[in-house]
Amino acid sequence: MRRRLERMCITALGLVLLWQMAVWTAGMPAFILPGPVAVMNAFVVHAEVLWDDTLITLAEIALGLAFGCALGIATALFISYARPARRWLLPVLVASQAVPVFALAPVLVLWFGYGMASKVVMAALVIFFPVTAAFFDGLRRTEPGWLDLARTMGASRAVILRHVRVPAALPALGSGLRMAAAFAPIGAIIGEWVGSSGGLGYRMIQANARVQIDLLFAALLILAVFGVLLYYAVDAGVRRALHWQPETIPTDDENGAPP
Amino acid sequence: MPKSVADLAAFDVRLTDARLAFAGAKLFDGLGFTLEAGLWTCLLGPSGVGKTSLLRLLAGLIPDTDGVIDCGDGAPLAGRLAYMGQQDLLLPWLSAEANVALGARLRGQAPDRVRARAMLARVGLAGREADLPRTLSGGMRQRVALARTLMEDKPVVLMDEPFSALDAITRHRIQDLAADVLAGRTVLLVTHDPAEALRLGHRILVMSGAPARLEDTAPPPGVPPRDPAAPDMGGQLGLLLGRLAAAAF
Repeated sequence: MRRRLERMCITALGLVLLWQMAVWTAGMPAFILPGPVAVMNAFVVHAEVLWDDTLITLAEIALGLAFGCALGIATALFISYARPARRWLLPVLVASQAVPVFALAPVLVLWFGYGMASKVVMAALVIFFPVTAAFFDGLRRTEPGWLDLARTMGASRAVILRHVRVPAALPALGSGLRMAAAFAPIGAIIGEWVGSSGGLGYRMIQANARVQIDLLFAALLILAVFGVLLYYAVDAGVRRALHWQPETIPTDDENGAPP
Repeated sequence: MPKSVADLAAFDVRLTDARLAFAGAKLFDGLGFTLEAGLWTCLLGPSGVGKTSLLRLLAGLIPDTDGVIDCGDGAPLAGRLAYMGQQDLLLPWLSAEANVALGARLRGQAPDRVRARAMLARVGLAGREADLPRTLSGGMRQRVALARTLMEDKPVVLMDEPFSALDAITRHRIQDLAADVLAGRTVLLVTHDPAEALRLGHRILVMSGAPARLEDTAPPPGVPPRDPAAPDMGGQLGLLLGRLAAAAF
């Protein structure tokens, strides 16, 4: 764990150095590519604004993640348990993905307003399908032998779903949740770009228009760091919950390998 | 504690007029046989002949099939059989003990933990109750599966090549164990290994042809599990192999 942290710090430091080098060698003006020092300065100068924006965007992402995952999990359970739902709902779901969700952003802002609601809906919509698809796929790929065994033991369909299919599908759901963690910030930011009165996405658009490029980069940096943290948090949570699963790719971390 | 043989009240299981077709091709038609009470019947045959299908039919795992199943005591077979598949079928997220007690959990009953532990001890896995399947070897996992079958405590046991994935030594030892712990139950063992059938079968049936037929083969003398080193086991094995090879084409 400590080694991994060290590696991450070194990587971050290297990226900052590379950034500074690019600024120096290309001789970019600060309104095209501000250097690390200028951006750090923007953090200090705009601390209050950035803090408020961060809270707004984080809330949107967290709520979108919660609603999107809950809806995806519920839908997957429903279509895997009810055969008519599978016949009628599944084709509609698949077809609905032909509509780019981002194209709906203006409509969502129209319907749900400039506040947080439209961004939460946007993020939830972006997440919903990957979670549903991953979990449903896991639910229907249960080892047939387990189902045979459960049937000879006198288990009903509902019991088999709860005690066999759902636990067996958790690794697939885990992949869906990882994807959701990566997509959720995208949904929230796109929503803010289209129409909002606060948030990191809103701040980026504003700063861009006012040529406050250092502020734009500061907001972007917060978003990037948070995106990485969110992904690792979800990944760690999923790994913890699925400790029973044999790891197919061995970790090359000296201390990270499970016993 | 394991129940005594007499408690189980073994009964004959008779299958008559079984019919099954896959994609228009008849696997078997008008097939019938009897599993004799308290004895091991081994079902041999070339792969693809329908051995597994026949076992699944008995287990009630194939919906809408023709075939009448009668039990010697007049009651239905459903709910009175335990099934063991080609893999150990342990649920990887449950401990060895929870896997052994799976049946109760699936029927919504409180698992009898004391008995589950006793069953694990019976197959030589005392002390491994909390272990997850992935930490156990192939032979140990199959022994947990055997303990799970014992835990079900059913008079009829249907086994589909349960030991085929194990190495020869582990297989030999688990055959002894299975013959010991499942004694007194009515067992159908589907296998592709003639040596296994010769070791364990009170009766040996060879399934061949399309639609398939069943033929009785005289088992070697003695009581299972027989010693593979006994005189003439090699000769019997050769004869049986020859028959199976001939049936395959």
